[in-house]
Amino acid sequence: MSFKAAVLVFPGSNCDRDCKVAVERSTGGHVDMVWHQDTALPSGLDLIVVPGGFSYGDYLRCGAMASLSPVMAEVVKAAERGVNVIGICNGFQILCESGLLPGALMRNNTLKYICKPIELKVENHNTAFTQGYTSGQSVWMTQGNADGNFVADADTLNAIEGNGQVVFRYVENPNGSANDIAGLMNTRGNVLGMMPHPDRAFEAELGSDDGATLFKSLLNSALTAA
Amino acid sequence: MKAKVHVFLKPGVLDVQGKAVEGALNGLSTVQGWANVSHVRVGKVLEFDVAATTADEAKAQVKDMCDKLLANTVIESYTVEVA
Repeated sequence: MSFKAAVLVFPGSNCDRDCKVAVERSTGGHVDMVWHQDTALPSGLDLIVVPGGFSYGDYLRCGAMASLSPVMAEVVKAAERGVNVIGICNGFQILCESGLLPGALMRNNTLKYICKPIELKVENHNTAFTQGYTSGQSVWMTQGNADGNFVADADTLNAIEGNGQVVFRYVENPNGSANDIAGLMNTRGNVLGMMPHPDRAFEAELGSDDGATLFKSLLNSALTAA
Repeated sequence: MKAKVHVFLKPGVLDVQGKAVEGALNGLSTVQGWANVSHVRVGKVLEFDVAATTADEAKAQVKDMCDKLLANTVIESYTVEVA
């Protein structure tokens, strides 16, 4: 069994190739790049990555226009079939805009673009994305965004917390995110969105290899399921 | 027909941009400000032409556009004018 992933490419994506290398080196798998105008995804995917960047120049709202790209209709269908989907940074924004994840990402309450290594706590390690971590483990990844401030209404937040959908929390909240949420998944547990970049923390030379554990977790999930 | 859409953050959603503008209006360090300004909200206005036979038809279409793209109703509300 060889791990098979696809990385979406939108006009303005800038972490797409980082994601490809991160997944390839972490899993030894095969990664296809899929253009946003494509109307079909490769078959037999174990993972779809919605990468970071500035899709459509962040015009209107971050991720709003990308969420209506032809390929996103296929991503929604794949997610409904149970394929694992991860959205990182702009990818998280796109997943919220597409309705695959609840809530929205707003301007950081500092009004600043935050670009720095950041400490996270693994809040839920019983997921396909995080089974390689231990409960409450401290991990380091790099943050790089101006709109990472997660918001949702009180009822939605209660549901997210009650369902164990919070996967990563900031140890020190950098941007005003509700409940220190840095990463959250859907109720089914196969769609994860996160602002920090595991794709910028997959080898020790990058300052941290904690992100590789996420991709290795997905590999192990695929192996277990096969 | 001409459509005009206003998009604003919902009441209660922190508008950090509005806060920053408010701070500037209240007075930056070297500029005499307007201390009487409060509750600044920054929104967007979109104007465009819609080909439609009636204003009601155009308005219904523009509302659909708002729900699907122009506004994120999780955090934003909108108003539509068609003339």
